[in-house]
Amino acid sequence: MSLAIRLRFTLRQGRFTLVVDEDVDAGVLVLYGPSGAGKTSLLEAIAGWRQPQSGAIAIGDRILYASASGVDVPVQLRRVGYVPQEALLFPHLTVRGNVAYGAAGDRIDRVSEILEIADLMDRPVAGLSGGERQRVALARALAASPALLLLDEPLAAVDTVRRRRILTYIRRIRDELGVPMIYVTHQAAEARAVADRVLLLEDGRVTARGTIDLLPG
Amino acid sequence: MPTDLLQVTGFTLAMALAATLLLLPPGVCLAWLFARREFPGKSLVETLVSLPLVMPPVATGLILLWSFGARGPFRSLDIIFTWRAVVLAMAVMGLPLLVRTARPGFEQVPRRYELMAESLGAGRLRVFRTVTLPLARRGVAAGALLAFSRALGEFGATIMIAGSIPGRTLTLPVAIYTAAETGQDGRAAALLAVSVVLAFGAAWASNRLVRAEPAMDDAGEGA
Repeated sequence: MSLAIRLRFTLRQGRFTLVVDEDVDAGVLVLYGPSGAGKTSLLEAIAGWRQPQSGAIAIGDRILYASASGVDVPVQLRRVGYVPQEALLFPHLTVRGNVAYGAAGDRIDRVSEILEIADLMDRPVAGLSGGERQRVALARALAASPALLLLDEPLAAVDTVRRRRILTYIRRIRDELGVPMIYVTHQAAEARAVADRVLLLEDGRVTARGTIDLLPG
Repeated sequence: MPTDLLQVTGFTLAMALAATLLLLPPGVCLAWLFARREFPGKSLVETLVSLPLVMPPVATGLILLWSFGARGPFRSLDIIFTWRAVVLAMAVMGLPLLVRTARPGFEQVPRRYELMAESLGAGRLRVFRTVTLPLARRGVAAGALLAFSRALGEFGATIMIAGSIPGRTLTLPVAIYTAAETGQDGRAAALLAVSVVLAFGAAWASNRLVRAEPAMDDAGEGA
């Protein structure tokens, strides 16, 4: 499923400035660029975790932020799922407690089946491996039925063998649940494996837009 | 243990527990407020809350007596020289300890966990109840235990507004003072032993809670 996303904003933090002016379709939109390019800041502006100084953010026909009209939809009403690099699983809850936190209806069973975490459900999150943590974080975000899913380097803490498996899960999410995604990475191979569209980001600016042909190697 | 010793010990424990339960809601709110919010007059409110910690307890007791006594603004509550006055004195003296111990507990909860809960659709109150408070629970529990132990030892403010009526307002510290004052050394020693054991247990549990922090993800700011 594809979703029109309008990103037109300026976000300053310290000496770094992120300026974006893009209308994009996310099927799976990959934000590709080196560390410090502003990829995480862009995701967090969409999620509402950081507030731009000016501009507008809209997904589909929903305006999430518009400085001109004073719109700033609260984080809990944005319906934007976010899987940050550090996963941020709630340490005091079990896997099930995490996945069920924002869950709607029978969605928990569906996502735990797709991500193959059914046998982890009663475990505390403290003992999970890097790959398991990312799958649980993905399941938790998906169980809340987001309109858009943001993934920030989801394979950063995962070894090579598990990377391939998690990429398979991400493709299943795209194909079976039809959730549009913005996927941040600085690994070209990873980007190629999932991307429908690509934005290259460098030093706080979008330098190119297009398909996976843009990616190096 | 003689019956009256048991009675004094039980009464003191019950009053300290009631005081701790009474001050938990405002104490937790204040600790969270000081940890998470900036507002005009914040340092003034922080200082006011800390006052009972640095003022002579007898002076705090006098303020309470004037506030709740026969000519005070809260005289209609009619609590002076009742068990309710004991609870009030203990709660006022314990509040700063709870707030000061629970506050770092809240400060140590990474804001990103709360944002994550919001992203999953939780409103502010649910975030506080299901994420912030559980992650700060050790600080809150340690603060509550410290306030409880302080309440067990409360003397100055208690004697000012509750007196020392056996069976009605007499607590362990006041009973120790009365026994020593009237030359009942054996009774004073027995009360002292009970007091030391209770205080040691509460302080030990509080220290253990402060040290054993739960593991959290590295929730530093991403680039």
